[in-house]
Amino acid sequence: MPASSLPTPTAPAAESDAHEILTGAEAVVRTLELIGVTDVFGLPGGAILPVYDPLMDTKKIRHILVRHEQGAGHAAEGYASSSGKVGVAIATSGPGATNLVTAIADAHMDSVPILAITGQVFSTLMGTDAFQEADIVGITMPITKHSFLVTQPGEIPATLAAAYHIASTGRPGPVLVDITKDAQQNSAPFVWPPKIDLPGYRPVTKAHGKQIVAAAQLIAEAKKPVFYVGGGVIRAHASDQLLAFANATGVPVVTTLMARGAFPDSHPHHLGMPGMHGTVPAVLALQEADLLVALGARFDDRVTGKAALFAPKAKVVHVDIDPAEISKIRVADVPIVGDVRDVLVDLLAAFEDAAAVATPDYSAWWKYLNDLREEFPLGYTATSDGLLSPQHVIQRIGELTGPEAVYASGVGQHQMWAAQFIKYERPNSWLNSGGAGTMGYSVPAAMGAKVAQPDRVVWAIDGDGCFQMTNQELATCVINDIPIKVAIINNSSLGMVRQWQTLFYNGRYSNTDLNTGHQSIRIPDFVKLAEAYGCLGIRVEREDQVDAAIKLALETNDRPVVIDFVVSADAMVWPMVPQGVSNNYVQYARDHSPTWDDDMAETGRTEQDSSAGGASALRTVTGGNE
Amino acid sequence: MSHVLSLLVEDKPGLLTRVAGLFARRGFNIESLAVGPTEIPGLSRITVVVDVEDLPLEQVTKQLNKLINVIKIVELEQTQSVQREHLLIKVRADNANRSQILESVNLFRAKVVDVAPDALVIEVTGDTAKTQALLRVLEPYGIRELAQSGLVAIGRGSKSITERVALPKN
Repeated sequence: MPASSLPTPTAPAAESDAHEILTGAEAVVRTLELIGVTDVFGLPGGAILPVYDPLMDTKKIRHILVRHEQGAGHAAEGYASSSGKVGVAIATSGPGATNLVTAIADAHMDSVPILAITGQVFSTLMGTDAFQEADIVGITMPITKHSFLVTQPGEIPATLAAAYHIASTGRPGPVLVDITKDAQQNSAPFVWPPKIDLPGYRPVTKAHGKQIVAAAQLIAEAKKPVFYVGGGVIRAHASDQLLAFANATGVPVVTTLMARGAFPDSHPHHLGMPGMHGTVPAVLALQEADLLVALGARFDDRVTGKAALFAPKAKVVHVDIDPAEISKIRVADVPIVGDVRDVLVDLLAAFEDAAAVATPDYSAWWKYLNDLREEFPLGYTATSDGLLSPQHVIQRIGELTGPEAVYASGVGQHQMWAAQFIKYERPNSWLNSGGAGTMGYSVPAAMGAKVAQPDRVVWAIDGDGCFQMTNQELATCVINDIPIKVAIINNSSLGMVRQWQTLFYNGRYSNTDLNTGHQSIRIPDFVKLAEAYGCLGIRVEREDQVDAAIKLALETNDRPVVIDFVVSADAMVWPMVPQGVSNNYVQYARDHSPTWDDDMAETGRTEQDSSAGGASALRTVTGGNE
Repeated sequence: MSHVLSLLVEDKPGLLTRVAGLFARRGFNIESLAVGPTEIPGLSRITVVVDVEDLPLEQVTKQLNKLINVIKIVELEQTQSVQREHLLIKVRADNANRSQILESVNLFRAKVVDVAPDALVIEVTGDTAKTQALLRVLEPYGIRELAQSGLVAIGRGSKSITERVALPKN
């Protein structure tokens, strides 16, 4: 991310007296104002009460009272992911703070810049098992980029400014600031701008020239290169640079789940999403490449399949702002540490020099990939029970709403379909919980996105399971005039788990039926629930109702809309690579693998791979942990 | 194989938890750990001995570097550094064998720091090879108790780990 987050020393001079005496609580609010925070999500409680008093008076910060702290955390994530700004969540000590933990872990996995501010019991009571005491700094150590405990009011401005700086620079991530109640109540001179002193924090943004040249050389010489684009490109605001580089090189592009929208889906170089539920061309492009240029991607197991068998013939250029990601899973032949936005500019210049010497020729590679695209387009079949097809619903939402909207999904089948069947044309339009896989992310994240981007249509594409985890934030949306649109893809079950039970557990559906759909007792009734919250509730059960419901939702902006799309429970997510095997085992549909009639020596596969990669491969794998 | 890492860190609350937690979380085993202040107020030094191959070692170092309070990490090669550990050994000793034990103590340039009718406490400083050798010699007499420090190490020559480090301003 650009290093624009440091407080500028000039702006606040007029409104802050360096020697003004403020309480710690006032200092919290003043500091947030001065670093440019305009919206925060939170819920008060005993140990954070002092902060809530001056928060009532500020005209510069909108506080949105959530119904559960997890909602505040995900809202801060949605706010950050849709806008690139830092999201802020506030909670009290003990359970208030621990309720933030899931959202903080989620932000840590997906590199989302959020600032979590928690109240802590009096410093004199810490360690005594006081009422609502929890060691939140200790609890969140493994899931934050950094965390601070503040016990002195004078430390508040510098600590919050440092936390904001850490969250938003380098590889972004969550930072927690825990402030004791006495630090909030006591007073100290408010010193602004504060000195931020972080001798151990120096993110490298400018890459080594030598490595850039080496990477450009490899790209120019490669016969089968692929740009493996990860979420880092979105966090770094590098989409324009990526587009220029892809256009100049003519190299195929794949965008991971976290990178959907980083590169336009309509671009002819785009092969789609790779990974467990990626397109066949994207999966096989990575698998058979002779060069992977990983841009802000981290070789997640859901992308690589069995890592030892991933892209066996490929050399790897790995660009990341976090040196620890490079060679963590796959050893990089050319490691490049830097901000991918700057690196792409440098790479383009170096590539033009390298290409002038030896003109790259990817035509045979494109021929192969285009054939795959033609043979294995993304699609779905009609449902076996004649009920509404979830893929159709999601596709129509995307088509009728368009690429300027923001789509926030939950986790599971609907997430994969939303990643596959909505066409993304711009970064920050697709929000989801990729790394942590947090069910319940969607509604609060959509709420946060709508606050950050009030002029955009914001859809929560949710599942019936996910929706039941965090739908209480609909109350927050209604009361605070945050008109999000929620599409519940209601298959009456924990759909992705059910899919694995279908495929790997002989259809034994242990504890996945949620009784919310067809021929069930429908508890809860989502339409009634929506109405109880003051939302517009719509139920859709037939295909001919789909477009009208979506259009009505798009026309309704005076309150949130919840559409209960009652869909078939039997629809499955395809293509699929079973867990823990090589990506060569990608299945286009159940028992349908791409045929391997090409030259094995050329693709790097072995006899053993292809004989096992046939129709029975899916059934033989039972190591699933979903 | 064992590697000796020296970490220059900010002396902040919870720092040791962050470092130790990282090792545990990422599945790296700590053989020994020693923490203490440096010549610069506000900075501490952690010496960690880890048993890993070269590639995981690189990953450990990178992950440690991500900790905001870790300022610098150097690996101290055995030949390029002085490495010492400190042992207090309580060994059984009676009138019959005390002089034999004292002879071994002198051979190793160790010291007796406490004497009782039936035991001795021996203090020894040295690299791991030396201290382990002394332990092997003392073993037959019966070791009652052993207290051992983590390894501490410092680079040979005039260079310092604190060179070119932006110091914390207090």
